[in-house]
Amino acid sequence: MIVKEEKLTTKIFSKDLEEKPTRDGFGGGIVEAAEKNKDIVALTADLKDSTRLTEFANKFPERFFDVGVAEQALVTIASGIANYGKIPFVTSFAVFSPGRNWEQIRTSICLNNVPVKIVGTHAGLNVGADGATHQSLEDISLMRVLPNMVVISPCDSEEARKATIEAAKTKEPTYIRFTRAKFPVITTQKTPFKIGRAETLWHSKSPQVAIIATGPMVYEALKAAKELDKKGIETLVVNCHTIKPLDIRLILNAAKITGALVTVEEHQIIGGLGSAVSETLSKNFPFPIEFVGVKDTFGESGTKDQLFKKHGLTKEGIIEATKNVIARKSS
Amino acid sequence: MTKEELQKIAREVRKDIVKMIYDAGSGHPAGSLGMADLVTALYFAILNHDPKNPNWDERDRLFLSNGHICPVVYSAMQRAGYFPSSELKKLRKLGSSLQGHPERTKLAGIESTSGPLGEGLAQAAGYALSARMDEKHFRVYVVCSDGEHDEGNHWEAVMFANKYKLSNLTLFVDRNQIQSDGPTEEIMPLNPLKEKYQAFGWNALEIDGHDFEEIINAVNNARSKYQKPTVIICNVIAGKGVSFMEDNYKWHAKKISKEELDLALKELK
Ligand SMILES: Cc1ncc(C[n+]2csc(CCOP(=O)(O)OP(=O)(O)O)c2C)c(N)n1
Ligand SMILES: [Mg+2]
Repeated sequence: MIVKEEKLTTKIFSKDLEEKPTRDGFGGGIVEAAEKNKDIVALTADLKDSTRLTEFANKFPERFFDVGVAEQALVTIASGIANYGKIPFVTSFAVFSPGRNWEQIRTSICLNNVPVKIVGTHAGLNVGADGATHQSLEDISLMRVLPNMVVISPCDSEEARKATIEAAKTKEPTYIRFTRAKFPVITTQKTPFKIGRAETLWHSKSPQVAIIATGPMVYEALKAAKELDKKGIETLVVNCHTIKPLDIRLILNAAKITGALVTVEEHQIIGGLGSAVSETLSKNFPFPIEFVGVKDTFGESGTKDQLFKKHGLTKEGIIEATKNVIARKSS
Repeated sequence: MTKEELQKIAREVRKDIVKMIYDAGSGHPAGSLGMADLVTALYFAILNHDPKNPNWDERDRLFLSNGHICPVVYSAMQRAGYFPSSELKKLRKLGSSLQGHPERTKLAGIESTSGPLGEGLAQAAGYALSARMDEKHFRVYVVCSDGEHDEGNHWEAVMFANKYKLSNLTLFVDRNQIQSDGPTEEIMPLNPLKEKYQAFGWNALEIDGHDFEEIINAVNNARSKYQKPTVIICNVIAGKGVSFMEDNYKWHAKKISKEELDLALKELK
């Protein structure tokens, strides 16, 4: 059952569920944040419109800067701006930032510990036709490994808006990944959001498996939970929007209740949510885990739906993993 | 091949480009159309290559650094005989050898995977250096865009090519004056570009990138230079051939509607 306190949209399983790219939520969120805080500035590397900074640039032209196609300069300039005392948001496609400029982020932002907010759009396979070069499947790993870095992967455009506003308030270096393609908007303005706190969105009476999902895969996980419920397989679905710091308490608790986990992400399993959860869990209990995610390969051109199907990032893929983990649990 | 013959091929290449991007439902029309003449000249008058034997050891190498304009290269390769024309319709589709950005492991004749900007010249420089070590006689050509000059990686390679006097390396710059967010001189001014290369020790030429004679003369000039890499700055019109796309950065990346396709094909007749 959907957890009432989460105030998800009532249309959640209906056909007319609204769909938006999560980058749209960023575009709205940064304008809201900047209206309240004049220290917020934004920089892009020749991708103003694609990363949804156009509204910000029109409203606050004196706080908007285009560095050209120069991602290493993008984050190091932002480091200087943050070091001075402002809050810079820097935008590009995730493959280029934080992909291309990793060491600059490591030293000038994380080791310096200054509040640069890195916005990576076009994260994941949903990029589609542009192909492997543009489908970032490694950004969570790259950012998660850095001390001081906070890593957030919002599940829809509304959560993306909240994540942007909340990130603008903190002193930590922060990475947020966003989608290019449209995904269902499942949360509402009233849905709770706190950086570092995962939310349980689905809770059957006596769950046998906990499905820990992040980003747009959260909705697929909910659909899987609903279908599994009909077949008498009870689950928990957790929206793990913050990958670092991980909500260890909630995940350990979900593991204790269920005794088996499935992680789901639109990202490499290596270094991603799957790794983060299993690192935590293996320290505490030996539990069976199944991982739904990209299995150490690159993407390619294709539609979002074709690619999700090919890599098992679907309701069906999650159902299969859930059944597999239950089988392992009882064997 | 005569100038007229090359012009005729380039016109067909432009038609292919708009059709392919229309079929794919996404892509980068302006950059691809602007480089149709130069890329046609490369495949039909400049490169020493064998389309039926794409891995021929003595072939000239072409590195496309601004991978997003790959439709122009795919079309020219197809017309030169690398693969059947039926493939063009598969651009950007699942399982295709014509990926949205070109991949070395997916299509024979693509020397290196590209799309992420600013990496091509450095790779070509490494290749040219190795070829010289082994006393190979083929030439290494690179096509890169003006927008890529915003990347440090590009200028790092410019210095490297000068230091090691890579005269077997020739760089064509797609100087169409636009990038993703607007005109290059507004987003990140590059001028004076030719003088920059000269200051970095290069043999620098500037030509009309739509004029086949100028293209061929410049390539011959590059071949005759000792001790220096050559850059040929090709002044081109973004979107060339389709009036409503010309000089308009909004056509950097944009899908083409059916009406726009029909209009474009009419103009390219
Ligand atoms: C490293 C990197 N950063 C950003 C991008 C996204 N991008 C693709 S094309 C482009 C504009 C580059 O300018 P140019 O190649 O001159 O564009 P064109 O003339 O083809 O419109 C940008 C920013 C990219 N492909 N690679
Ligand atoms: Mg350009």
